[in-house]
Amino acid sequence: MSTLTTCSPTSSTQSRRIEYITPRANLHHDGEGYTLELEMPGVAKDGVEITVEDGKLTLTGRRAEEQSFGRPVYRERSQNEYRRVFDLDPSIDTDKITASMNQGLLTVRLQKSEAVKPRKITVA
Amino acid sequence: MSIIRYRNPDLVTWSPYDRLSSLRDLLDSAFQLASNAPGNPESWTPALDVFEDEEKVTVRVELAGVKKEDFDISLQDDVLTISGERKAETEQRGSESFRSERYFGSFTRSVTLPSPVKADAVTATYQDGVLTVTLPKAEEAKPRKIQVNLE
Repeated sequence: MSTLTTCSPTSSTQSRRIEYITPRANLHHDGEGYTLELEMPGVAKDGVEITVEDGKLTLTGRRAEEQSFGRPVYRERSQNEYRRVFDLDPSIDTDKITASMNQGLLTVRLQKSEAVKPRKITVA
Repeated sequence: MSIIRYRNPDLVTWSPYDRLSSLRDLLDSAFQLASNAPGNPESWTPALDVFEDEEKVTVRVELAGVKKEDFDISLQDDVLTISGERKAETEQRGSESFRSERYFGSFTRSVTLPSPVKADAVTATYQDGVLTVTLPKAEEAKPRKIQVNLE
């Protein structure tokens, strides 16, 4: 179970008593690595924090301070931070993790290290 | 429809995993009921907020991952409707899906506005996956200060 497929929403922060939203995630795997997509509406590029520690990938999204629009008439949206923790597949090269934020969709690319990539060897 | 493991009626074995998986099925079905409540499992419902102050009504909708050109905003009488489609990103060839929690497909949300608005002065912005529709109130809906002379 040491792949990128297990996750816990609030592993290390329960003592802080902050409630987080678990963002919806899609995860694709191909020969070269993984692509992770997380929905974090309301979070700008500056509000994203991605850390790798102890084989865990933690993704946090903080919303920009919202301006006041007046009296709430009807509310469904939460203002909490987003957070999600994934166990990293040990074959991932943590120096090569890249991420982009586009209209609230965080896309993280996790490349496998060269040593474990599938390789075709031709016989001379 | 679900796939149920075939059980040989002649074999009576007890496995803790069976009990765990039946518990999981039960939980899954409970959540599925809640998430598909409005009917069509092909559609999804973006979260929405409505605010009001003296000058305007503001409607904010979470549409993370929906492209600007893929949704429409319309106003009919006092009902604002936001509809569109979240399209899946380009199919990644030769990749397998490990986790698939995001909703794709069409959506529509309608909300009755709390007061009359100027239909020709409605503006909208889309930033960080949140759509903000600003609807200035019609003159007759703005609060008016009336001087009352006490005699």
